[in-house]
Amino acid sequence: MKKIVILGAGTGGTIMANKLRKVLSRDQWEITIVDKDKTHYYQPGFLFIPFGIYNKNDVIKPKSDFLPPGVQVIYNGIDKIEPNNTQVLLEGGQVLQYDYLIVATGTDISPEETPGLKDGSLWRKEIFDFYTLDGAVALREFFRDWEGGRLVVNIAELPFKCPVAPLEFSFLADAYFTEAGIREKVDITFVTPLSGAFTKPKASRMLGDLLEEKNIRVVPDFYLESVDNEKKVIRSYDEQEIPFDVLTIVPVNTGSSLVERSDMGDDLNFIPTDKYTLQSKNHENIFVLGDASDIPTSKAGSVVHFASEVVYENLLSAIENRPLKAQFDGHSNCYIETGYGNGSIIDFNYDTEPLPGTFPLPGVGPFGLLQNTKMNHYGKVLFRWIYWHILLKGKEMPIESQMTMAGKKS
Amino acid sequence: MAQKTLAGKNLEVTDEGYLQDFNQWNEDIAREIAREEGIELGDEHFQVLNFLREKYQEGANLTIRKVGKSGITDIKGFYKLFPGGPLKKASKIAGIPKPTSCV
Ligand SMILES: Cc1cc2nc3c(=O)[nH]c(=O)nc-3n(C[C@H](O)[C@H](O)[C@H](O)COP(=O)(O)OP(=O)(O)OC[C@H]3O[C@@H](n4cnc5c(N)ncnc54)[C@H](O)[C@@H]3O)c2cc1C
Repeated sequence: MKKIVILGAGTGGTIMANKLRKVLSRDQWEITIVDKDKTHYYQPGFLFIPFGIYNKNDVIKPKSDFLPPGVQVIYNGIDKIEPNNTQVLLEGGQVLQYDYLIVATGTDISPEETPGLKDGSLWRKEIFDFYTLDGAVALREFFRDWEGGRLVVNIAELPFKCPVAPLEFSFLADAYFTEAGIREKVDITFVTPLSGAFTKPKASRMLGDLLEEKNIRVVPDFYLESVDNEKKVIRSYDEQEIPFDVLTIVPVNTGSSLVERSDMGDDLNFIPTDKYTLQSKNHENIFVLGDASDIPTSKAGSVVHFASEVVYENLLSAIENRPLKAQFDGHSNCYIETGYGNGSIIDFNYDTEPLPGTFPLPGVGPFGLLQNTKMNHYGKVLFRWIYWHILLKGKEMPIESQMTMAGKKS
Repeated sequence: MAQKTLAGKNLEVTDEGYLQDFNQWNEDIAREIAREEGIELGDEHFQVLNFLREKYQEGANLTIRKVGKSGITDIKGFYKLFPGGPLKKASKIAGIPKPTSCV
């Protein structure tokens, strides 16, 4: 019996378990998936919780609902990978041998990387993250009774998953406090280590204009050193200080600590990965899918979905000793909530920045790229349904995994 | 694309002044670009520049954090050596492309 082990049953791991179980014979291939958590979190939904649009139950389901029969599921922490012995050690001592390994352990926040963040007195009282369910729920409670003041939205380090999420958070905050009738008492400042609202020039301009329109101040080139809980300021390495009454932060994102224990990662625990084949750079029988890798594109569910096609094809080729022909193009596709029931959408890859136009059908849409429309917002709302019912199950989506220039205006 | 004379050599640079060809770099060119940025280069500067060139050649993603963990200086020190945008400035002086943060 040959063995495939999948580490992480989040977006990527779940998709792979479904795709592979369909094609690999059960007599020849044993598929095992490991995760420490029995709950599947719909992470894009965390964004809406602080504003009371979703609640906790809208974003959690049992992982077992999405894993196919015939796959061995182990709910247990993973200690480390021993690539030279082709085995994985679980916490508690269990050992899993593999012929092929798929690492899909994602990225998580590491607030302990920033002095004064998690170890200060204000954490989850006046300092919140919305990248965890607990953080988003705590912020919901805070916003309920807040009467206004300085709201600072900060990104601590690059890269971080879902790069548009803090912008969306700012737009939604503007709409939320306007509807609550206290917008004039709320000062919103967006503080980023980037040189503008976003990295890619055309999208940065469009999003920068939206921030201005909504009266959200941008502080660019701010690289967070520490949080001062006494003075209530965030401080950068070049000693700028920005005062806050409530701080919403995207803490440093790192790959799973298991990557560090396995000595397989870079300085942020992301695994060096061939950006085209998605094979680990150091180990031929390991593929890396999703946020866990170091490939230079967004860490996002849409990317994981497109990349899963490539991992799937290349893994099957590897099994048959054929060359790895499938090449990932870095395709990313993000819906951006902009508040008041509107949304925007960007579509890009390694080589092409987000451009205006229509998506997915040239000239028709229904979605407008880099435009602010009601239809784009419905796309985001629909995405949750698509995520649970189509994407995780590894079914065909009506969108090509390779980016297309059709419908884009350069 | 633009042409620029640096340390007596005619070089191709980007519109923002980053060298097109990393191999044309030498220490005199570095000193001259640094001077335009208002920086006089010392030993520690050169250690950082060489570190960046080495990592760039290895194909690593360059970050401020990485320089901070290099053992040459910490992040605060990096800001003191190259005030303003340390990674952007140091990359320019090191003759490597402008760092792109991929998000
Ligand atoms: C607030 C927010 C908004 C977002 N919005 C969007 C959006 O609009 N569109 C979009 O496309 N994407 C969005 N994303 C990003 C998207 O959710 C992720 O990129 C995607 O889920 C990554 O999938 P993955 O399989 O790589 O990792 P995950 O889905 O994060 O799965 C990793 C799994 O590994 C497990 N694991 C890790 N370490 C261990 C260990 N040591 N032992 C056992 N198990 C372990 C974890 O428990 C987890 O289940 C958003 C994310 C956030 C936080």
